[in-house]
Amino acid sequence: MNLNDFLAESVFFGIVLSLAAYKIGFEIQRKYKKVFLNPLLISIVIIISFLLVTGVSYETFQKGASRLSYFLTPVTVCLAVPLYKQLQVLKENVAAILISIFLGCLSHAGILIGITAAFGMDKQLLFSLMPKSITTAIALGVSDELGGIAGITVIGVMVAGISGAVVGPVLLKLFRIRDPIAQGLALGSSAHAIGTSKAVELGEVQAAMSSLAIVVTGIMTVVIVPWVAGLL
Amino acid sequence: MNYIFQLALILGVSFVGELLNAVLPFPIPASVYGLILLFLLLCSKIVKLEQVEQVAGFMISVMPIFFIEPTVGIMNSYGLVKGKIAALFIAAFLSFAAVLAVTGLTAQAIMKFKNKEKGREHESE
Repeated sequence: MNLNDFLAESVFFGIVLSLAAYKIGFEIQRKYKKVFLNPLLISIVIIISFLLVTGVSYETFQKGASRLSYFLTPVTVCLAVPLYKQLQVLKENVAAILISIFLGCLSHAGILIGITAAFGMDKQLLFSLMPKSITTAIALGVSDELGGIAGITVIGVMVAGISGAVVGPVLLKLFRIRDPIAQGLALGSSAHAIGTSKAVELGEVQAAMSSLAIVVTGIMTVVIVPWVAGLL
Repeated sequence: MNYIFQLALILGVSFVGELLNAVLPFPIPASVYGLILLFLLLCSKIVKLEQVEQVAGFMISVMPIFFIEPTVGIMNSYGLVKGKIAALFIAAFLSFAAVLAVTGLTAQAIMKFKNKEKGREHESE
């Protein structure tokens, strides 16, 4: 019996490899505190290297690991809780939140269509990137509905998040976005949870607005993106 | 026991989300139906915050581990991405910057307008 056959039968192999790799990523980030040392990113690199070196196939890994992704739907459902906790803030600024995020989502789709056309990328790549400014949980669902590639969507989501944390504050200054509510909405709608971690450093209003923007942008993207994709 | 009931409630809402995704003709993921449903249940006080809060908080705090498996799947799409990696990163970065600028500037303009209106109200009082 070779290694691949044994591991393919194992229930726990994929889960243990996932969690162990994530733990390593988590510790590395805690030690060096750099945004680009994202635990998810590190764990992906570890797992892919492990599979390539040992010759164990992705399917073998997936068999156990996919049990973890069963929780993708429930964890997305859980995002209703932080949204509900921000209900008061949402009500007080409903116009600013909805209009600005709506225009943000439209410009995101428009820019991506332009850039992917300029680079001669095919539609599947475009559809994989279209949900990328929202939280991964919702982005994966949208990507799946459009027929995008999950892996590319997640990479896109991470590029957005890490960009938000690294250059977000610089861009806010460059575009002269000084209003605290506008700063929070800008970070949350463009860089989801990782951007929100930066918004927390800017202040309380920014943090509340940014975490609210994550969910509102997610829901708005669910509605806008398939509609835009249908026009293509 | 409390945690199990919280989890059961969240899974129950997820299940209804799946059902809506199967029955309704819109391209909305099951998870987003569930999110909206749970939000409405909380707003209408049918479900109380403390009936889901702890398990929801825990799940959100460990969320990235649920993304590992689908992301590793990029291994199998490497052929499709090969030679386009730089373009992908540029597209991802520029579209990020566009959202930040458009959302931020629009919100700022609306807030300025709102504050002016408020100022006028105070003057007339």
